[in-house]
Amino acid sequence: MSGLRSFVVRRLLLGALQTVAVVLLVFALTEALPGDAAVALAGDQPDPARVAAIREAMRLDRPAWERLADWAAGLLHGDLGTSLVSGRPVSQYLADGFGPTLLLATLTVALLVPAGFGLGVLAARYAGRAADRLISSVTLAVYAVPEFALGVLLVTVFALRLGWLPPTAVGYGTDLLAHPAALVLPVLVLLSRPVCSLVRLVRAGMIDALASPHVAQARRYGVSGARLRYTHALPGALAPAAQQLARTVDWLLCGVVVVEALFVIPGLGTVLLGAVAERDVPVVQGLAVVFGVLTVVLNLGADLVAHRLAPRAGVAA
Amino acid sequence: MHDDTTRPLPFPALRRRGFLAATGAGTLALAGCGGGSGSDDGGGGGSPKKGGRLRAAFAGGGASETLDPHLANLFADVARAKALFDKLADYGADLSARPRLAEKWEPDKALDRWRITLREATFHDGRPVTARDVLYSYRRIADPKRAFRAKASLEPIDLDASRATGARTLEFVLKRPTAEFPNVLAAFGAYIVPEGATGFDTAPVGSGPFRFVSFTPGRSAVFRRYDGYWEGAPHLDEVEFLVANEESARINALLGGQIEYAHELNPTTARAHENEGRIGIVRLRGSAMQAFCMKTDRPPFDDPRVRRAFFLIADRRELVEGALSGAGEVGNDLFGKGYEYYAGGLPQREQDLGRARALLRQAGAEDLKVTLDTSPVAAGFTEAAGIFRDQAKKAGVTVEVRTGSKDSYWSDILDNGTLCCYRSGAMPIEAHLSQRLLTDSSTNATQWRHKDFDALYQQAQSTRDRTGRAAVYERMQRRLHAEGGFLIWGFADWIIGTARTVRGVGTEAPANTLDWARFDKVWLA
Repeated sequence: MSGLRSFVVRRLLLGALQTVAVVLLVFALTEALPGDAAVALAGDQPDPARVAAIREAMRLDRPAWERLADWAAGLLHGDLGTSLVSGRPVSQYLADGFGPTLLLATLTVALLVPAGFGLGVLAARYAGRAADRLISSVTLAVYAVPEFALGVLLVTVFALRLGWLPPTAVGYGTDLLAHPAALVLPVLVLLSRPVCSLVRLVRAGMIDALASPHVAQARRYGVSGARLRYTHALPGALAPAAQQLARTVDWLLCGVVVVEALFVIPGLGTVLLGAVAERDVPVVQGLAVVFGVLTVVLNLGADLVAHRLAPRAGVAA
Repeated sequence: MHDDTTRPLPFPALRRRGFLAATGAGTLALAGCGGGSGSDDGGGGGSPKKGGRLRAAFAGGGASETLDPHLANLFADVARAKALFDKLADYGADLSARPRLAEKWEPDKALDRWRITLREATFHDGRPVTARDVLYSYRRIADPKRAFRAKASLEPIDLDASRATGARTLEFVLKRPTAEFPNVLAAFGAYIVPEGATGFDTAPVGSGPFRFVSFTPGRSAVFRRYDGYWEGAPHLDEVEFLVANEESARINALLGGQIEYAHELNPTTARAHENEGRIGIVRLRGSAMQAFCMKTDRPPFDDPRVRRAFFLIADRRELVEGALSGAGEVGNDLFGKGYEYYAGGLPQREQDLGRARALLRQAGAEDLKVTLDTSPVAAGFTEAAGIFRDQAKKAGVTVEVRTGSKDSYWSDILDNGTLCCYRSGAMPIEAHLSQRLLTDSSTNATQWRHKDFDALYQQAQSTRDRTGRAAVYERMQRRLHAEGGFLIWGFADWIIGTARTVRGVGTEAPANTLDWARFDKVWLA
């Protein structure tokens, strides 16, 4: 177990370094974009005197390293800084955007796991037969449809033609849970592609595992079909699936811009989009920190799960 | 920024889409310019019914939104600001100033002192609107430490010398004669707030037709009818402003009954629903000026013959059909078609490639190559650039289209390059001249600097008589039409969708004018 602990510690340190690197990179890239927050704010009134005044008021006239150092010093005290544009704390931006994002992600994962594993196991069990062919071809087809197209299609059919569901969540921003019907279509769109990749991964993993020597050995010992599948073959298939799942959760939490825009759900993706367009560097950096930490933690979690399920595939990293 | 204890100013309010507001994307009613009766019933008649809540979706807002009216920049900001606050004056459909909080204005003989009488109006907390509130508001806007958008518009006022002469009377002292001073009172963002007001996001108090209920930046703002409104209480009980940046989301929400008013729809959407009967389509015609800017101070456009050749290269009908999907009308290289003082008597310019070639030959500019800057910053920009490139080819001019970043586009093209796509929302012709075409103009994108032209502007501003002023403006416009730097090829419609129950939406109301996005006269049938 001490081997595992040192692995975790090493991974966390590496993750912290990675997050720092991401934040530095994001800062450098935002600086490299044409225009700054003052230019973006001045918009179609780029009177040079006004831009200079805005720049001074935002204290953007200081050198980049100084602004970065200031921000980093604040971060050490747990202060993510304030938005250049509104003067409100960045933490408030993150908190406001995180609610809808977390809600969507939770619902999506709650449906993704049973659906993905269930269909994957089903397809593997009937590999090569009608059920498998149906599942495989449908998942392949759905996977090929871009989210935006699928979203528009679902809205047109289920909201505008049939009138079963609301077309957007506009106006429900602060209280999405009170309007569950508005969440059905966004969650379906979010679910569509991850469920396909997960099903295919689980199916492939199961088929591989069922053909593997240790399962063959178990079969020779007379282990029953169901037990064979669920206690011997499935864990082998779970390891890659867990990593895929971590990537999906990461994607869901780091802002799903298309779905948020299409259904008017003001989550982290919307915050990010706005902040980049406004060159609101502190908000972009705050998001980079959050996304960096999330990615590190989720991947570490996935590796640990994989390690637990399939020790030999292990922890080589 | 963490160590900033006394941050002087947040700058909310500035998102992408809406830079359109003042310059960007105006809108104009004026379909038949002047033919309108001024009726503002947007479809359906009947007598107004009281009550109900109207939900209106706008593009633009984000988590940085604010209700500070002086920071208004986007259409969504202005729509909220005009519900909560008033200006001293506002623009009619022809962009002439109409009295609002100011009951009347009177200049002295020299046109550099104006006496304003305020009407009897109250703020939402019951306090009367006084001359001191006006002075406070204008001084706040003009604060040199803050970069409020309206500051440039208020520049003619000497605020230190201006003073209240009574509770409801004040005298503005101006730095120079300004015959068009009422335009300043109607300027974009020049709202009157109560004396001493600083924070606006938790409980803003104004004198507008609606009072504050709640506000979540980037999501929703709910306002309730103010029964004490000086012009009479609104018909609606409540209005809710919602943010939906995607056009598809706005139209879907409207079709699905989630909102009653969708601002800014695409021409194709409008066509698809125009006669379907599910929703109402309101076209605020001829509003957003669409142009190419030629920098008149540098080759090749420092030669007026080249500018005239470019005027003749443009097939305006094709540009309107292609870049605006037909939702607009052609321009005649002059700003403000249908506005007060517009030189409507000048002949409509048409494409004439033969003469264009001849002019280029005279100028020694055969085989001319120019770079046209464009950007996805506004609808139709990149399309217009492509169409113009093909038109120019027919006159032997090679146009290379260069696409720039939309976040910094306006600043990038101000002094750089030679030719660029440009657009502007509604503003008085006088404001267009003073902001863009004088030697010391702050956004002189055509680099048009002529002492005699400046002198004409001053002459107009010193001319008391309206007819006399109109004659001077006409002279200025003739010159611009002949050899200016703005190739103004069209005016885009601004398109609004409404639920079938909505009545009283102004149809002759360019964006930025009084009746645009005005909800106190709207009712639900």
